[in-house]
Formats: sequence, structure tokens, C-alpha cells
Amino acid sequence: MNNNKPILEIENEIVEEFSLFDTWDDKYEYIIDLGKRLPPLENEHKKDENKVRGCQSTVWLVADYKDGRVYFKAESDAVIVKGLISMLIRVLSGHTPDEIINAKLDFINQIGMTSHLAQTRSNGLLSMVKQMKNYALAYKVKNAVV
Amino acid sequence: MIQTAPIQQIYDVAAIRRQFPVLSREVKGKRLIYLDNAATSQKPQVVLDALTRYYTDINANIHRGIHTLAEEATAAFELTRDAIQRFLNASSREEIIFTKGTTESINLVAYTWGRQNIKAGDEIIISTMEHHSNIVPWLMLCEEKGAVLKVIPINDDGELLMDEYKKLITKRTKLVSVVHVSNALGTINPVKEIIKIAHEAGAIVLVDGAQSTVHLDIDVTDLDCDFFAFSGHKLYGPTGIGALYGKRDLLLSMHPFQGGGEMIKEVSFQSFSYNDLPYKFEAGTPNVADAVALKTAFDYTEALGKENIRQHENELLSYATEQLDAIEGIRIIGRAKEKISVLSFVVENVHPQDLGILLDNRGIAVRTGHHCAQPLMDRFGIPGTTRASFALYNTKEEIDELAIGLQKAIKLLS
Repeated sequence: MNNNKPILEIENEIVEEFSLFDTWDDKYEYIIDLGKRLPPLENEHKKDENKVRGCQSTVWLVADYKDGRVYFKAESDAVIVKGLISMLIRVLSGHTPDEIINAKLDFINQIGMTSHLAQTRSNGLLSMVKQMKNYALAYKVKNAVV
Repeated sequence: MIQTAPIQQIYDVAAIRRQFPVLSREVKGKRLIYLDNAATSQKPQVVLDALTRYYTDINANIHRGIHTLAEEATAAFELTRDAIQRFLNASSREEIIFTKGTTESINLVAYTWGRQNIKAGDEIIISTMEHHSNIVPWLMLCEEKGAVLKVIPINDDGELLMDEYKKLITKRTKLVSVVHVSNALGTINPVKEIIKIAHEAGAIVLVDGAQSTVHLDIDVTDLDCDFFAFSGHKLYGPTGIGALYGKRDLLLSMHPFQGGGEMIKEVSFQSFSYNDLPYKFEAGTPNVADAVALKTAFDYTEALGKENIRQHENELLSYATEQLDAIEGIRIIGRAKEKISVLSFVVENVHPQDLGILLDNRGIAVRTGHHCAQPLMDRFGIPGTTRASFALYNTKEEIDELAIGLQKAIKLLS
């Protein structure tokens, strides 16, 4: 589906949702719930070439390009990572390559989840953000050539 | 006379905890519960003081200086070598080589003894439960030389299959390199027997003591091992300092690991001659401050009494095993009859990383993942485990908190 809301607006919505939680437990409960509700990736996509490898958990990511917009689907074997993926898809999927490439994704910091992007977490989330932007860049370049 | 004073009276864990400053900090608004001791242990104030004191009062480069500071620094550094010799019961101080830690010790042997002695078709034996640091150096050596790496299998409890080990030994076996205590399972391996069998076949043995030194009494003379490697940071000492013990004759036969200052006797632009043991293997300025403070760590645990510490840790292990066994869905990985205070487990349909994150959120530090032992995880058909490992300052109350944290996390995640 088209995502006509600007990326920043969706980020702000998420920040607002998280402002309702008083405790870390509540935040995690919400993220876990998001993770559980993330639609599973079809098995055909769960192959090595789609793996974004972290030290501990694995993320599979696929991208599709339609009418100038990039669409993402992803899954992980760890549920908290799945919850974070779910938010990233909500923010980035359905936008143009340029919007995705330029997205600051500051909401991750604002909801207090920056540590999940740190190298020490080794959970592949940082690699996943990079990979999403790489896909956007690849579609942009490919499009420019054609 | 039999000692009758109850251990509990001597072993005042509350007082001990006050000697470790980091234990009083908070994580995520909760009191820190540090159960990642098999990765690295926390440091008592006396060790921190020793580090500061070294830099405040002594700091100088060792061995070559004629001035007072250099003499004092050298003396302090060499005192630790003596302490390690006693700690391992090595027959001479020349057999103790300072390294960065276990990994560097093993690599030293692989790059020197290994490259001099391993030829195409030769065999090296390791075990299924090795840390990557006792796999990769040998894989690299085998690849370079065309040698063969063989692996001792284990049973479902995480114990080595000794009959299978005997079958792996052939006349081409040159080296057996095994872990004394498994970092992921806690299993204590029968290294003395392993060494005896290897020696009968003419092979030499390296023992990876990264996990064993903090829990067990080490006697390299009694074990008769040829090499023994360990790290200081796992026994309440600083990071970046450890040692390699090697039998004198072997060390004498080996080329140096690195070239530089200290390891030479004479140098011209045409040639050089090696220094004597142990300096031949200690090129460059060593990690003096951490070496000096390592002795303080030895003194600290010696004063508490290794047997007292062991009894405390064994009690914690039994208690934690009981607590975790009672939680539905938890399966403990590693039930060796002989084990140290490491508890590795998996929870059905729950990823270890999720458990780790939720426990951290309660201030509880555990390790999750493959513990740098991927082949071992493959053996159990799991991607990784959650591991709680207990040290001399942990308490039953902390284990209760772990059990509560786990129950809550499992409920949330499943």
C-alpha cells in the first residue's frame, strides 16, 4: 500500500505512542506484542541471500519496488527484534527511495531503543537499517539508469 | 586437627560484595545483578588500587633501566611471574610467559611450536566443547600445513566420550589441545587422563585454562601438561594480561613468537641472538601495570581461600539448578557430573536474545548466544543458550531474582 504520510510524521506517531508508557516493562511488552503480530515471512524468502546476519539473532529482509516506491517485508527469529522491525517497516515501507535514504530515524533514539542499534547488541538491527537504505539506493540508481 | 569452624561464618558474602565497587551500581534503575562471570569477573578495590598505585608511584619501563623506578617496576612485574609459578605449581619461573590472555597464549603455541612441528598428514585433536580460540588457531595451522583436525565427541550431558578419544589417537597425533572447563557448559574435563593417554602415544598436550583457573586448584606438574593457557581478567584481575605455561624443554626448542626489544641478546644488521627464557617470548614493553595488579588478584582470592570460594560457588550452582529446573519450559544444557558454577539453558520457543534483553531490563546481566562455541551449539542442535555464571560475590537472593526475572520474561515472550 502507498504510504502518503511523510516518514517524520509516522516517526512522531510512534514517539507519541511510546510516551504513554511509564515503565520499560510496558515499552517492551508493547514491542513484543508488535513482534508477535508481524506477519510471518513466506518460507521461500527465508534463504541465505536475504539474511541480515547479526551475532545472535537473524533477520530476513526482502524489498520490492513498485510505482516509484519501495516495499519491505522482514522477519527475525527473536521477537523483540521483530517488534523493532515492525516499527521500521511501518516507518519506511511504501516510501520513495529518496525519502528512505534521507530518513533520520530519530524515533529509535526518542523511544529509548538506541542501544538496539549499537554494535554491542549484535542483533542485526543496525545491519537491517543499512540494508533497507541500500535497497532504496539500489532502486534509485537502477531507476536513474533506465 | 579437623577444622570445625563453619564455612558460612568465615565466608561473609555481604562484606565481600562491598569490596567490589561495581556491584553497588544500578542498571536500568535496578540494583546490578552480575551473572556474566564466565565472560569476565568484576574487580575488587584492592586490584583497582594496585593499578592506580603502580601508575602513581612506580611507572617505568622494565628490565632495561638502571634507575630506581625501573628497578621497582621490574621487581613488581617479576613478582607476578613468581606468583603465577606458584599458582600453577610450575617447576620454574622461566616456564611462565606473559601474554595478553588465553587466546594469545594458544596462538603463540600454534605459531611457534605448531609451525615448527606440524607437517602434512599430522593430526591435532581438540574437543567438541572448545571455545573458538582453541579451534581457529588449529584450523589455520592445519590449513597451512595440510594437517588434520580431529574432534572428541561428547554425550548429551556435555561430557567427553573418552573411549572415542582413545580411538582418535593414532601415531600421527602430534598435539591434543583441550579445554579444562567448558565456558558454555561448565563441564570439568578429565584432563589428567587425557594428558596421560596423549603422552603414551607421543603427543603433547595444551590445556586451555581460561575457565578452570578461577574455580579449580591448578597443578601443571601433577597434570603433566606441556602447555597451559589462562587469562587474568577471569580471576578478578585486569584485562589484557594472562600467561602461557610451557615445559622448559619445549619452550627452549621453540622459535620466538614476535621479534622486537627484550626478546634478543644481541642484534646487528646481519643477525641476532635470542634472549633466554622467558624473555625470548616477550617482545616489546609488556603490560606491566596489569601484570602487577594480577598478583593482587591472586593474593585476594588466596586470602579468601579457594576452597571456601569453591564451596560457596557450588552451593550457588546447586541452588540455581534447583530453581531453574522448577521453571516450566527451561531446559538446562550441560549436566556433567563434574562442573563449575556455570548454568546454560534454553527455553522452548524463546530466543536467548529476547531473554537477555528482558533480564537486562531488570538489571540482571547474563550472557546469551553461542558463547564463541558454535560447533558445540550445533552438537546440541540449538542456535545458542542463555548462560548465568556465578562468582565468589554472588548470592542466593540474586538467583531468586534471576528466577523471578526468567518467569516473567518467559510469560511475556511465549
